[in-house]
Amino acid sequence: MGLLDFRKSTFKHGVHPPEHKEETNGRPIRQFPFAPLIILPMAQHIGAPSQIVVREGQEVVRGQLLAKAGGYVSVPLHAPISGTVRKIANVPTISGKMSPGIYLEAFPASSQEVLEGTPVDVDTATPEEILKGIQDAGIVGLGGAAFPTHVKLKVPEGKTCDILMINGIECEPYLTTDHRVMLEQADDIFTGIRYLLRSTGAGRAIIGIEANKQDAADHLEKMIPEGMPVSVKVVPVKYPQGSEKMLITSVLGREVPSGGLPIEVGVVVVNVATTAEIGRLLPHGRGIQERVVTITGPAVRKKGNYLIPVGTPLRYVLEQVGVDENISEVYMGGPMMGVAVSNLDISITKGTSGIVAFTEKDVKRADKVYPCIKCGACVDACPLSLNPSKLGILAKFEAYDQMAEEFHLMDCFECGSCSYVCPSHIPLVQYFRLSKSIVRKRNAAKQTNGNAK
Amino acid sequence: MLNRTLNISTSPHITRGIGTDDIMQNVVWALLPTAIFAVYSFGMSALLVLVTSTAACVLTEHFLCRLSKKESTISDWSAVITGLLLGLTLPPNFPLWMAFCGGVIAIALGKSIFGGLGYNVFNPALVGRAVLQAAFPVAITTWFPAFPDNRFFTVSSSTFAAPFMEPTVDAVTGATPLSAFKFDHVVTPTSELALGLITGSTGETCAVLILLGGLYLVARNMMNWRIPVAILATVYVLSGLLHLVDSQAYPPPLFMLFSGGLMLGAVFMATDMVASPITPLGVVIYGFIIGLLVVVIRIWGGLPEGVMYAILLANAISPHIDNWIQPRVYGTSKSAKGI
Repeated sequence: MGLLDFRKSTFKHGVHPPEHKEETNGRPIRQFPFAPLIILPMAQHIGAPSQIVVREGQEVVRGQLLAKAGGYVSVPLHAPISGTVRKIANVPTISGKMSPGIYLEAFPASSQEVLEGTPVDVDTATPEEILKGIQDAGIVGLGGAAFPTHVKLKVPEGKTCDILMINGIECEPYLTTDHRVMLEQADDIFTGIRYLLRSTGAGRAIIGIEANKQDAADHLEKMIPEGMPVSVKVVPVKYPQGSEKMLITSVLGREVPSGGLPIEVGVVVVNVATTAEIGRLLPHGRGIQERVVTITGPAVRKKGNYLIPVGTPLRYVLEQVGVDENISEVYMGGPMMGVAVSNLDISITKGTSGIVAFTEKDVKRADKVYPCIKCGACVDACPLSLNPSKLGILAKFEAYDQMAEEFHLMDCFECGSCSYVCPSHIPLVQYFRLSKSIVRKRNAAKQTNGNAK
Repeated sequence: MLNRTLNISTSPHITRGIGTDDIMQNVVWALLPTAIFAVYSFGMSALLVLVTSTAACVLTEHFLCRLSKKESTISDWSAVITGLLLGLTLPPNFPLWMAFCGGVIAIALGKSIFGGLGYNVFNPALVGRAVLQAAFPVAITTWFPAFPDNRFFTVSSSTFAAPFMEPTVDAVTGATPLSAFKFDHVVTPTSELALGLITGSTGETCAVLILLGGLYLVARNMMNWRIPVAILATVYVLSGLLHLVDSQAYPPPLFMLFSGGLMLGAVFMATDMVASPITPLGVVIYGFIIGLLVVVIRIWGGLPEGVMYAILLANAISPHIDNWIQPRVYGTSKSAKGI
């Protein structure tokens, strides 16, 4: 952040959707009431589902292990509340698929004391012990991806990590969870950074923050512990800067190779709320029980940032905050990449960073899809410099192989900037999601055929 | 209250809120000052030409949509642009029946035959004009002088010429600055060119208003500014070099920029989104080709003006430019599909 830093610290292209963050960014995090019945799907992270270790009718204490990791790319699940395992059955999830899960009934008058496990000492633990501690705490990326954090932190053989990037960008409109976490949980964040520096072997950490959260940047800068190799970097506001690749380019000017991970350029990126969670849980050997969720949007009455137990049903959440009677759409995550909810009986999971609700009049649905007029707005928006116009035309012709081989379809991370700007209202990113899944299936089929021969 | 059925849709759930019809409408607004000035300087005849060509385009589009049993697409406003642009490239005293034919051809052969908006290879208005130029070479190169007396109440004698009859030509016709230079070596002062105190086709005379319309569209992010800049820069530099070599034989560069249909073509015709390349480098190459062709045709060609053919040729090359030039994809060392 020196005066001599002339390089424009942002990535190429991107879009500027209206932020709507002022509606909740001044509201401190508040504890949400405990729901009488919570629903815990075992598949609430990327990877293998957790495996249930309790039985129906068993009484569990808050923080007790309910399910163990189902493999390396998986995490355990802890009881978010003290109560009774009412039922073990398939439960609905956001994707529309059912997942094995647990219905947990809260003890009506429990103190909700938390059970603690084996602490991980930051000064004596080995990197492997820290990674194990992070997995045991059930930690996944809280920014929305819900990818198991210990997998991401594992620096592959032969690679080194020189910079630990803490992601405090939060570029999705409406969401303010990371903003509040940075303002209110600075100590946890820095404790988390100590664990992360130790486990990755990185020489220093940079906290990347967008300019619309200057107060958080100033606060963290002030709170940096004596002698800790951490700096704060403020970058201009632009969507989708919170994507790992864009953040690395904005802050460091490095470009992650196509198809590669950030470690290829010596960087590991961790979300700031995830970092705070690590700093809070590991010293006590606890598991993750709750997370901060922004509940906002024009259809929500009591907008705010709430600390909500994992598994709290969405219906209960909306009943507590109150919604407009004309509520018509509910998104989990922000409006750019979030998923529209069809069923209010799904629950808050570890990856739920926000709930945004719109009424009918807030939704500007394209009444008409025009042909592509080659205006190039999508080309100017795509943060990866793909050619969405061409990809969209090829998708219509079902030329999926050409899309992947000549036009880098598989690099698309579905930020939705192309659809956002398209004047012809062509659902480009949806085309690409479908095309990507078809290419993935074809590749998998090719592989099985190859193995069979 | 929570028993309502929720709508589901795929992300993103918000859009920028600018539609294709908004863009087209704004292009029409941007053309209005030029059209109003045309009526001011050439009077009733110019107004009739503009109304006729626009009506022809809109009616043809509507009729052809009906014929192919599709919903009419006139509400996207693109036919209005084609009609206005065609009218602006015609002489103010152009016979109306010819202007009407031009409008029908522009939409039918320039646009609908390729599949309508988004699929046309060439700028439809220029297709219409090219056919008119081939069919009626005399009428399309006969201009009456700007600011004639009583222009708002009388029309040129050729305006209402009956179809397929030799139109009676006005006694007084004006030479455009380009033909004056080409054939008599007279250089019109740049200030007169910029302010539109000259004769020419209805909409090509006032460079200042054309630029103003272009700036409006650029400010609203509805026009690719690189295209006019590349064209005008190429024309300026190439003709400037020639002028340095021989200032008698070759016109001064500013004269080249402000005369003829170059401004109108560079700002409103070459920027047809559908018929121009999509990548930043691609449009610069496209603009360079247009600029080069304009200079070559104007200086060494048999015609005084070459903007129309320059743009049409570049339109034809544009899909190939898009095939060759792809943006360099993030995280790759070369473009997805190298040159």
